[in-house]
Amino acid sequence: MTSEMIVNITKSFPGRLTINASFRMTVELPTVLILFGPSGSGKTTILRCLAGLEWPEQGTVRFRDDTWVETQSGIRLPPQRRRIGFMSQDYALFPTHSVEGNIEYGLSDLGISERRRRVAEVMALLQLQGTERLKPNQLSGGQQQRVALARAVARRPQLLLLDEPLSALDAPTRSKLCGELRSLLKQLAIPSVVVTHDWAEALALGDQMAVINEGRVLQVGAPQEVFSRPLNAEVACIVGVETVVQGRVVESFGGLVTVDVAGIKVTALGAEETGPDVFVCIRAEDVVLETLGVGATSARNHLAGTVCEVHPTGALVCVEIDCGFPLSATVTRSAVEDLHLSPGASVVAAIKAGAVHLIPRRDGTGPVAP
Amino acid sequence: MNWVAIGVTLKLALLTSLILVAIGLPLAYWLSFSRWRWKFLVESVVALPLVLPPTVLGFYILVAIGPHSPLGQLYTSLAGHPLPFTFEGLLLASVLYSLPFAVQPFASAFAQVDRRLIEASWTLGKSRAATFFTLIIPLSTAGVVTGAVLSFAHTLGEFGVVLMVGGNIEGITRTVSIDIYDEVQALNYTGAAKTALFLLVVSYAVLLGIYAMNRKVWGMRCDEEGASRLRAPASR
Repeated sequence: MTSEMIVNITKSFPGRLTINASFRMTVELPTVLILFGPSGSGKTTILRCLAGLEWPEQGTVRFRDDTWVETQSGIRLPPQRRRIGFMSQDYALFPTHSVEGNIEYGLSDLGISERRRRVAEVMALLQLQGTERLKPNQLSGGQQQRVALARAVARRPQLLLLDEPLSALDAPTRSKLCGELRSLLKQLAIPSVVVTHDWAEALALGDQMAVINEGRVLQVGAPQEVFSRPLNAEVACIVGVETVVQGRVVESFGGLVTVDVAGIKVTALGAEETGPDVFVCIRAEDVVLETLGVGATSARNHLAGTVCEVHPTGALVCVEIDCGFPLSATVTRSAVEDLHLSPGASVVAAIKAGAVHLIPRRDGTGPVAP
Repeated sequence: MNWVAIGVTLKLALLTSLILVAIGLPLAYWLSFSRWRWKFLVESVVALPLVLPPTVLGFYILVAIGPHSPLGQLYTSLAGHPLPFTFEGLLLASVLYSLPFAVQPFASAFAQVDRRLIEASWTLGKSRAATFFTLIIPLSTAGVVTGAVLSFAHTLGEFGVVLMVGGNIEGITRTVSIDIYDEVQALNYTGAAKTALFLLVVSYAVLLGIYAMNRKVWGMRCDEEGASRLRAPASR
């Protein structure tokens, strides 16, 4: 018995992009795979092919020992027979059904008592008690999202497919629900594929991540790995975050959070509750390089280090620094000359607290944030 | 007022409406969701009664069910009597004549159902048929009621087709509109006026009912475009 999902599909849209995607995903452990890419890159179409809502022109989709699609032999398993949970971007709640009716909708093959039990179970899991009789249009955006999730997981699917699960929400709700979704996915322990274009969501939710552009899978790996070591310039351009390192929150005071990264203290703005284990994310363009001995500046972080590598990328130069942890900075060519930046040179990297983004880390050993 | 004619008319309209709900819903579903590229051929046939003069339609139905056609011969051998100038023949003609008045509101209601809801239902394990009954029909209530009521009202007032296919047999195929015509021919204007007023009041009441429903006068759930659906078939 194989414990993988193997996807290898081609689908073309006349006059638009051609999708030519190929990847594997282990489903033995409840892995969360992120399909990450800019809008129009084809990630939603790939997800819909997994759901059976689109048919690839060519290729195969295998899930464990089942063949879902095999164009050569004409196998096309309809969505009804894949035992999946699918959640579309706008939730697609049934306006004619109550919250309870929506959740119960896919359970009609169960007995009445088992159905009641299952509905109560997912309602409790998603904190929806008290909304049973309400119609979807009487719910807030966050509640609608939870009802859609509850409906998708109530059937105990063998694969969960979420298309931009948080994009329909306003920013504050989004970051709150991102944390909830993270612990929920962990609790459910169902292999999941999540489509997103938001790097913070990809880092927070994913165990694995596939970067997609123009219908092709460019890189697959652990999110931190992909963000900090993009395979090529195209991936780097899409992910857009150059430094991603693991850290641990040591102090939180007055809206500022101090994070320990490999023994170095980094200060960040603590806008929301993250829990102790975090990813520290810094975009290369937010890093300012100074020579040693410059006086006080408004930037909260001054990290002394040495230059490891200098490589030009167009008009800018990418400078890799070791300041206790690897850090990338992009500066202009003239700055490289003025500061004599070459491998071995000593520099100070200045980073404003606001440019240091903290993303909760789900695989940490500490307790999971509520 | 000719109560016998009124009884025949109401019975004819009610049965026509019921049959059209039964065959019109699957037909409309197919018209709304099929991706067959030649489906416009069928769509045009369904819409034909809107533009054909009722006498032309009646003429072809008469020929098709007459004793010289295979269909007519088959019916005669099964039922023991020919189909033209019977209530059953009239019912068949009415169903064809009112077909677009049922199918078009049904199909336009189905077309407005969000495709993503239907897909969500499929991913929740519901078959296409189950999705049709548990999701698409409840979402299209206003359109289904509109189609049923419009075909009822349209059958109430049919004249040309009845004359061609039904003949004018008291108690069997003499409908209200034929009765009014006969009264006028016989210069009995008082009788004609009473029956005409009855038909006017019933038709107006029926249309009031569906327009009010589509405008949500009673707060009944239906979609925003419900009222515009009423304009879909051009009234004759």
